[in-house]
Amino acid sequence: MTESLYLISAVLFILALKLFSRPSTAFRANNLAIGGMVLAIISAFNLKFADYDGVFYLVILVSAGLGVVVSNRVQMTQMPELVGIFNGLGGGASGAIAYVELSNSTLVLSDFSVAIFSMTVGVFTFSGSLIAVAKLRGKLNSFNATVINILSGVLLGGVIALLITKIDYSTEYIIILSLLLGISRVVLIGGADMPVVIAFLNSLSGIAAMAAGFIVNSIILIIAGALVGASGIILTLLMCSAMNRTIYQVLKGGFGTTKINNEYAKDPISTSAEDIAIQLSYAESVVIVPGYGMAVAQAQSAVKELTNTLKSKNIGVKFAIHPVAGRMPGHMNVLLAEVDIDYEDMFTLEDINSEFSATDVVLVIGANDVVNPLARTDEDSPIYGMPILDVDMAKQVVVIKRSMSPGYAGIANPLFIEENTKMLFADAKEGLENIVKSFELV
Amino acid sequence: MTEIFLYTLLITAMASFIGYELISKIPQTLHTPLMSGSNAISGITLIAGILIYPNVVDDILLKTIVLIGVSFATMNIVGGFSVTGRILEMFKKND
Repeated sequence: MTESLYLISAVLFILALKLFSRPSTAFRANNLAIGGMVLAIISAFNLKFADYDGVFYLVILVSAGLGVVVSNRVQMTQMPELVGIFNGLGGGASGAIAYVELSNSTLVLSDFSVAIFSMTVGVFTFSGSLIAVAKLRGKLNSFNATVINILSGVLLGGVIALLITKIDYSTEYIIILSLLLGISRVVLIGGADMPVVIAFLNSLSGIAAMAAGFIVNSIILIIAGALVGASGIILTLLMCSAMNRTIYQVLKGGFGTTKINNEYAKDPISTSAEDIAIQLSYAESVVIVPGYGMAVAQAQSAVKELTNTLKSKNIGVKFAIHPVAGRMPGHMNVLLAEVDIDYEDMFTLEDINSEFSATDVVLVIGANDVVNPLARTDEDSPIYGMPILDVDMAKQVVVIKRSMSPGYAGIANPLFIEENTKMLFADAKEGLENIVKSFELV
Repeated sequence: MTEIFLYTLLITAMASFIGYELISKIPQTLHTPLMSGSNAISGITLIAGILIYPNVVDDILLKTIVLIGVSFATMNIVGGFSVTGRILEMFKKND
């Protein structure tokens, strides 16, 4: 009976993923997934509700309450941190369960190895996610990459050695080592690589759950874990290919730390909000390229205001979203959706790149490396070969940015000194609000 | 043992394939809610906690560790689905 109920929840999870393919049906998809989860949980009790004491139910109630409170309070700009925390919780849960199973000495060898695996991956996900969240909040920086690289190598060797020798209390050692490994690995990876890291940790949290399913012989854990694992892997690979780097290169860390000559051959053309407003009012087509700077400045409402102003003047507005813009997959889309920008107006790199040459004004808001033409032209550049938004093809480019400082890759962006580029040196939110105000005077 | 193990491996492979096929079709716009939603599903470890809890109630240490796992998984599930709902609500009203 329980098994057939699990089958239904597995079908619900799969159906949910299917309905997730369109924004219009995705809300229903989430409800289906919730249904699948509730069914799986009830089936797991197998009608033996009396076998559980009050503490157990209390823990579930309090944790569920906490989950609701946190998820309702969090701001959309903090989504990467929240997903990071949830990745860590999922991994930590699998780690804890695997540890308890390992303390049960009757495990057969295959289950024993799977339990070790589940615990290592789970604990790694836990500590790695916490570091990722700390990094996203800007609490960590300037670590010596080489030292930590060596350290994590030694740690990895230690885990393997313990796995082979299987000395007493080895599980505790493995926990400590996995914790350290998670910390040392993620510490090395820079902020703009976080979309990859978050997607990767998401995948690991699924894989840990899947492995836990092998230990407790639960098909639903295996299926659900595998689905999450696959989802995370796909997103990880998508993010990597959007940066033209391999997953190994990203996880090795230390990107953008090499010092490169960042001198500009000439000064950029600086402009004013009034000037941009005039230029925009003569345009027929405008493409807005949002980047992490928009999220940092919480500028999405200002973007919406400007969009409304432009649309009221019958100027076409589209949004070009690079796959790795922001700090997690789809980060920009969520921020724009938050301020009611239609998802029909959001375009992917493949869909919009051919349109830039016919665009009057491109407005780059807090994005840098994803519009750097060196990715096309300079073979020595660290970003060479990365697919970029070809904004330099547009008739006029306006970049709203606080300074000429390089982006994550640490390299100069020749786009800023192009003949057809104007720079508005301002905080994204302030700059956009000033442009909207100037429109009233135009 | 081997037969069951192989059977489970088969299910794992099938689930991974289905997951891969379906998720490849999800547009970039929905990648954040996809992550938070699949994230919530990874809290399925709660089931393992439910299954093993009755076996460890006599050992206070193990019982505590299972409860920690159960708490983490519950927050993961409830928080994950709830925030995914919040995000998808924003996409829904455009329709």
